This record gives sequence, structure tokens and C-alpha cells, in this order.
Amino acid sequence: MSSRTMALPKQRIRTGRRSNPPEPTQGIQSLVLRVLVYGAAICTFAVLLFLIGYILIRGIPYLTPDLFSLEYTSENCSMLPSIITTVEMTLLSLVIAIPVSVFTAVYLVEYAKKGNKLVGLMRLTTETLSGIPSIVYGLFGMLFFVTQLHWKLSLLSGSLTLSIMVLPLIMRSTEEALLAVPDLYREASFGLGAGRLRTVFRIVLPSAMPGILAGIILAVGRIVGETAALIYTAGTATELPSGLFSSGRTLAVHMYCLSSEGLHTDQAYATAVVLLLIVLAMNTISALIARKLTKN
Amino acid sequence: MSMHTKYKIQDLNLHYGTFHALKNINLELPEKEITAFIGPSGCGKSTLLKTLNRMNDLVEGCSIDGTVLLDGEDIFDRMDVNVLRRRVGMVFQKPNPFPMSIYDNIAFGPRTHGIRKKAKLDEIVEKSLRDAAIWDEVKDRLDKSALGMSGGQQQRLCIARALAIQPEVLLMDEPTSALDPISTMKVEDLVQELKREYTIVMVTHNMQQATRVSDKTAFFLLGEVVEFNETAELFSMPKDQRTENYITGRFG
Ligand SMILES: Nc1ncnc2c1ncn2[C@@H]1O[C@H](COP(=O)(O)OP(=O)(O)OP(=O)(O)O)[C@@H](O)[C@H]1O
Ligand SMILES: [Mg+2]
Repeated sequence: MSSRTMALPKQRIRTGRRSNPPEPTQGIQSLVLRVLVYGAAICTFAVLLFLIGYILIRGIPYLTPDLFSLEYTSENCSMLPSIITTVEMTLLSLVIAIPVSVFTAVYLVEYAKKGNKLVGLMRLTTETLSGIPSIVYGLFGMLFFVTQLHWKLSLLSGSLTLSIMVLPLIMRSTEEALLAVPDLYREASFGLGAGRLRTVFRIVLPSAMPGILAGIILAVGRIVGETAALIYTAGTATELPSGLFSSGRTLAVHMYCLSSEGLHTDQAYATAVVLLLIVLAMNTISALIARKLTKN
Repeated sequence: MSMHTKYKIQDLNLHYGTFHALKNINLELPEKEITAFIGPSGCGKSTLLKTLNRMNDLVEGCSIDGTVLLDGEDIFDRMDVNVLRRRVGMVFQKPNPFPMSIYDNIAFGPRTHGIRKKAKLDEIVEKSLRDAAIWDEVKDRLDKSALGMSGGQQQRLCIARALAIQPEVLLMDEPTSALDPISTMKVEDLVQELKREYTIVMVTHNMQQATRVSDKTAFFLLGEVVEFNETAELFSMPKDQRTENYITGRFG
């Protein structure tokens, strides 16, 4: 729903439906338009297919059990430690980012008065934040968390940096989702004597859940795929981090290191296959959750 | 017939920003009777209705002066707004069930006011749905989403939801305007039934409905109450020329 890969087939279906009733009067124009639309759709789809196919073909032959051994050595290039690190990094970043961003959005939409100066300022700030390239977050994280606070290259520095990075993403989508909840629901709840808190938590947030979830999924996608912001904040240690203050590399960083070293290109492709599968699995799961939520 | 006054509205003025929406309203609404508010669009019927349970508090730039007494207590003074809304239920123009199950819709109000026991909630849900004359239609699908019901059923569900908090007053803003004739008839019958236990205030655009359902009628024009009287009297011998013009359809 949220991710680009999921949106593709939907669009195709829609264009397909629209072309059902033939409109002979608009002959050439509609033909050109149709060719353009189909062309664009096919192009996008083809590029995507090619990309995935290429990675699969290059990577799958090198997916050996060695790649999943518990310890990383420069011989086996195991990615298991970095898979675990990825999970840890993602969870940690979300644990920090979700409450902050969701509550900020709730404040902006449900509590702040219209025309409040603070609201405008906050919107501007988040908009700006979301436009900053991730390397800048990385530099900030390095200067602030790593150097200033002496947290070293660590899981904590990395996840805090990432959570700042995805904050605007989750906030924006939560805001949109909250704004899309009809006022009728709020009125009904207030009319029954429910206070604002109860209205927000029992009525508004549950109704907005699919939208919020979509934002979180986008955030997860960014976290899993992030390299630039992490290299300077979480480092590239190959072992499993032993605690919040030890360094570790996520799968994406691992892949970056493998391919930039140039010695293990094949293993890098194999790693890419796994990364791809993880992202795909996440998208599917979240789409399923979203569908289940909207059904109720 | 008890003639106890439920609501006493004194010198009420309401502004939306600079717009004077209600002008010097003085009204006494009797207990356990149905009062209808009629009048052309934009004359302030909904505004007055929403003042009675302070839904206007949510509107920015809305300022009110004057007093509104509920059983002699000033609703703007020292009365907790959530307690007020518990005593004064509201049914809206558009059916607005929550996107949850029928059961949870009804149970939302009682849960808000601290009722947690399943047995007690079950009892309230059944009684409210029975009182709203919709029990037989929904008793087999209480756990299904309320959004799957027809518009008329949804509106009666909303009435049941309002009844579930056992209010003393029921405010209804054009409750049948979005419904078909048969659902409208059901809601009208229901309102007649409910009058035994509740004080009802109902906004309507439909003058036949006002004559069919209400005991008293207030005619609004441009933010003022032009005439307030027994319904039969107001429609048969209006005292004010403007009322007469309106009810005979010669309004312009
Ligand atoms: N939130 C608001 N802000 C500003 N003006 C408002 C607001 N709500 C209503 N008004 C104005 O107050 C006047 C009375 O509105 P109200 O909704 O009470 O009319 P009504 O009698 O219920 O009309 P209708 O029969 O169309 O529902 C209208 O002129 C309307 O434009
Ligand atoms: Mg109205």
C-alpha cells in the first residue's frame, strides 16, 4: 500500500479498468494517451523486474550456508551478525521515533489551536528535516552523539540518528491519517461525554491506524536501507554488538563494505538477495496488517 | 402532564467571531415533552441545540453570554462539561456510528463513564437497542461492524448509543433528514415512545414532522426566536405574521 513496489500492480489494474468502454470519438488522442500510460507502466515494471532479476541471478548461486554462520570472518563473510544488528537497530530506532512522532502529530492535529504560531514552526521544521540528505544526519550524529556525548560509534548513536531521520516521515503520515478521520467521530465521542484524551486514544488513533502504520513501514524501509547515516554513527564492526554502546553494522552497511572492499563482490550480491527478501517480506506483512486493520 | 421546566434559557447571545448567531434567546423547555425547533436554513437552530450540551465549546471563535439552566443549574458555571453531556445525549444529522462493532458502539458511552463489567454492559447494550427499536434487527450480529448497516439502522443505532448513557435529555439535529420515509417513520415512532422517559429537543426542516411529533414548537428566524408555543396552536393560529408566512410557505 505504502511502498512503491506494492503500488505498482494496483495502478496497472486501474488503467486496465478504465480502458474497458471503448471511446471511438476521441480516437488518436486517447490512443496516444493509452500508449503513454501503458508505456510508462511497462517501463517501470520492466526496470524493477530487471533489477530484481539481476540481483537474484548474481546473488543466489553464492548463497551458501557459510554466509549464515554465527561468527563473521574475512573468509566466510557471514551476514548473520549484521542481520541481527539490523533487527536491533530497527527496533531501537522505532521505539524512540514512534512515540515522539505520533504524539507530536496528535498534539498538532488534536490539541493545538488553529493559527497557533508554534504549529507553523513545527511543520516548517519537519518539512525541512525530511528534505535533508541522510549523510547530513550522519555527520550530525557523529558530531553530537559520538563525539560530544562520548557515546562512541554505537548502536545507540546510530539508532538515535536514524530515529531523528525518520521522525518527520512518521509524523507527516500520522498527521495526514489523523486529519483524514472524520470530525463526525470526534463529535459523537464528545457528545457521549468522553474527554479529549479518551476520544483521541479510543476513537481517533484506532481509525487512523492504517495510515500511521504506512508511515512506520516507510520508516522501516529507510532504516533498513540506510548506510550513509550509519557508517559515521554506528560504525562497521563485524561482530554482534554486545550492548547499546558497542558498534555494529546493519545488513545494508555490511553490503556496502563488502562491495567497496571489492574482494567479495559475489557475497555482496548474495547479501543483496537477503536484503531484498527482508524488505519484500516486511512489505507483505505490513500490507496484510493494514488490510486486516481496515477491515475491522 | 408534568410542567417542570428542564431547560431555562435566559438572554442567551452567541457570536461566531463577529457574527451574531443567536440574539436574546429566552426559552423554557418542559420536561418529558418534545420541543421542535423550526425555521429557515441558517437561522441558528443547530447552534442553539449545540449550546444546550456545549458542543459549541469546540468551535473556535464562538462566544456565549447569558445563562442556560438545566434543572436550575447553570451549565456554563461549575458544571463539568462531560457530566453535562452525560445528562444530555445528542443525535446528529448524519448517522455517525464509530468504525467498530455494533456492541462496542453502544458500550462506548457506558465504558466512558466507568462501567466495565461485562454482564452489566451486555444488559445496557440490549436495553438500549430494544429502546431504540432495533434489537431484533441486530441481535445476531452485535460483533459485526456498525458501518455495514443501512442508513436508517445506523441512525437508530446512534439513538441507542445516546440512550446507553441514560441521559435525561435527548438533542436531535434533523435526525431523519438523511433517511428514507420508512426509516423516518420508525424514528418518529421511536421518538414518541422515548418521550415517556426523556426530554427531547428536535430540530426539523419538515413541518409535518413537527406537527406529528412535537408538543411545543419554537420558530426561529435570523438568530431570534420569533414564536414559541404549543405545536397545535402555533400551527393553527400563529400570533406573529412571520410565523404565519413561514408555515404557510409564503416565506420570502
Ligand atoms: N462554526 C461556525 N463558524 C461560523 N459561523 C457559523 C458556524 N456554525 C454556524 N455558523 C453560522 O451561524 C448561523 C446559524 O447556523 P446554524 O447551523 O445554527 O443554522 P441552522 O438553523 O441549523 O441551519 P440549517 O437548517 O441549515 O441546519 C449560520 O449563518 C451559519 O453560517
Ligand atoms: Mg442545522
